[in-house]
Amino acid sequence: MSGTQRSIDSQLFEWPAGEPRLIGGECKSCGVVSFPRQASCPRCCGSDIAARRLGNVGRLWTWTTQEFAPKSPPYAVTGAFAPFLVGYVELPGEVIVESRIVAARAQELSIGMPMQLAFEPLFTDADGVEVIGFAFAPAPRNA
Amino acid sequence: MSEVSIIGIGLHPFGRTPQRSGMEQGVVAAQAALADAGISWKDVQYAFGGSHAAGNADTMVNRLGLTGLPFINVANGCATGGSALLGAYMAIRSGQCDVAIAVGFDKHEAGAFVVNPADWGLGNWYGESGLALTTQFFAMKLKRYMHEHGITNDALVRVAMKAFANGALNPNAWRRKAMTYEEIAESPLLNDPLRKYMFCSPAEGGAALVLASPAAVRRSGGRKAIALRAAAIRTRNFGSFEVFSPSLALERAQSPSVMASRAAYEMAAVGPEDIDVAQLQDTESGAEIMHMAENGFCRDGEQEAMLRGGETMINGRLPVNTDGGCLANGEPIGASGLRQVYELCLQLRGDAGARQVPNDPRIGYSHVYGAPGVSAVTILGV
Repeated sequence: MSGTQRSIDSQLFEWPAGEPRLIGGECKSCGVVSFPRQASCPRCCGSDIAARRLGNVGRLWTWTTQEFAPKSPPYAVTGAFAPFLVGYVELPGEVIVESRIVAARAQELSIGMPMQLAFEPLFTDADGVEVIGFAFAPAPRNA
Repeated sequence: MSEVSIIGIGLHPFGRTPQRSGMEQGVVAAQAALADAGISWKDVQYAFGGSHAAGNADTMVNRLGLTGLPFINVANGCATGGSALLGAYMAIRSGQCDVAIAVGFDKHEAGAFVVNPADWGLGNWYGESGLALTTQFFAMKLKRYMHEHGITNDALVRVAMKAFANGALNPNAWRRKAMTYEEIAESPLLNDPLRKYMFCSPAEGGAALVLASPAAVRRSGGRKAIALRAAAIRTRNFGSFEVFSPSLALERAQSPSVMASRAAYEMAAVGPEDIDVAQLQDTESGAEIMHMAENGFCRDGEQEAMLRGGETMINGRLPVNTDGGCLANGEPIGASGLRQVYELCLQLRGDAGARQVPNDPRIGYSHVYGAPGVSAVTILGV
């Protein structure tokens, strides 16, 4: 593989892709959706779990700020630490996903506000490749 | 008389003790508990012990005595102490032995706990992305709770103020200086809405309890025996919001604390209205607030007024975390749950000194919660 970017984990989302989405799992027995996709259902213990492209818009369910630098490892950061935002976003009819939140300041966040899927470079690995993670950002007003 | 009683309690002071390993702190606590019970190590027939970061508990027999007793190491996150206690309780109730000890100790480095995502069934991406922090979970559970139930930052400050005021009365606490409202409310923000002095810190310490059957209580004279009326542990249900969850179900379910609490009340045949003194997991200010409701002591949202009215202070209607809790004692994971029970025994014996709850407490309640969603509850009575 060549290129200057890679996904942080090929199981989490389509990358590269025209309109990348998170990949969850849908239980064929009880219909429960989870993320990331896992081999068995957390509700009914069924083992027939299909990959499911998750929706890319939702609403902010809760959030917080990360004001201090997490310990590395496991945290991977290139250059100086900058505080960031974290939250859970409810994808209607599917699942509530934990995610970093980008393109917003803490003062602009409120529970229930519309959000949309985004992707951001998280750090640069030892080979100089930029590592891409998923995030959510406030949705444009008329989206 | 209950089938299981606590006849000896021991504690090594919490905080920082550079000259002693974590395990040595556990040995000090165990020896103190044996002395308190008026027995020796060779009288102990079964041991359950644990630490998260300070070594294998069963190695303590090198120091306590090589008597050949069965010693089970326990590793159950923040519920390690509660799990050790449950093990000792079940060993006696099942008739395996007459005298058992539960011991826990730890020694953590400063700063937030280091998390290896693989230990929690998560990919490396979770840690690399900066999501593997327990503090974020507590802040996000709290922010949602505050939004739904009208709890404000004022309540968060009041919990921390109470903790440090109680810690100042406790010679074994780590943080023994009361703090003003402003010092807490203006301390640096760590994970919104939680500030520096609203979080407990990883620390060091040891705690031990000697448990006995009715026959062993009679042999010991039973002067100090406190009945262990219930001990229960529960893990997650589908739909509960727990630490280290990359996703949550759309449906909500009761937390493991609610489940463990109900089981314990049923075992002890008492209700929350019967409890005279309680120790609730206060990893941060908001955890104590949410755990007040999850353990049945109020409805969601009533905490705001209860805290403003001082109802959970030492001289209040329901004293909570009378020894300063995790906020003033820090959290040595293996010892934390046993510290709570140690404090309850002191209170029920009337031996808690400057922080003694007035009005002759008869029934005490302890609760721990930890990753990845485990709760342990005990109910004690005289």
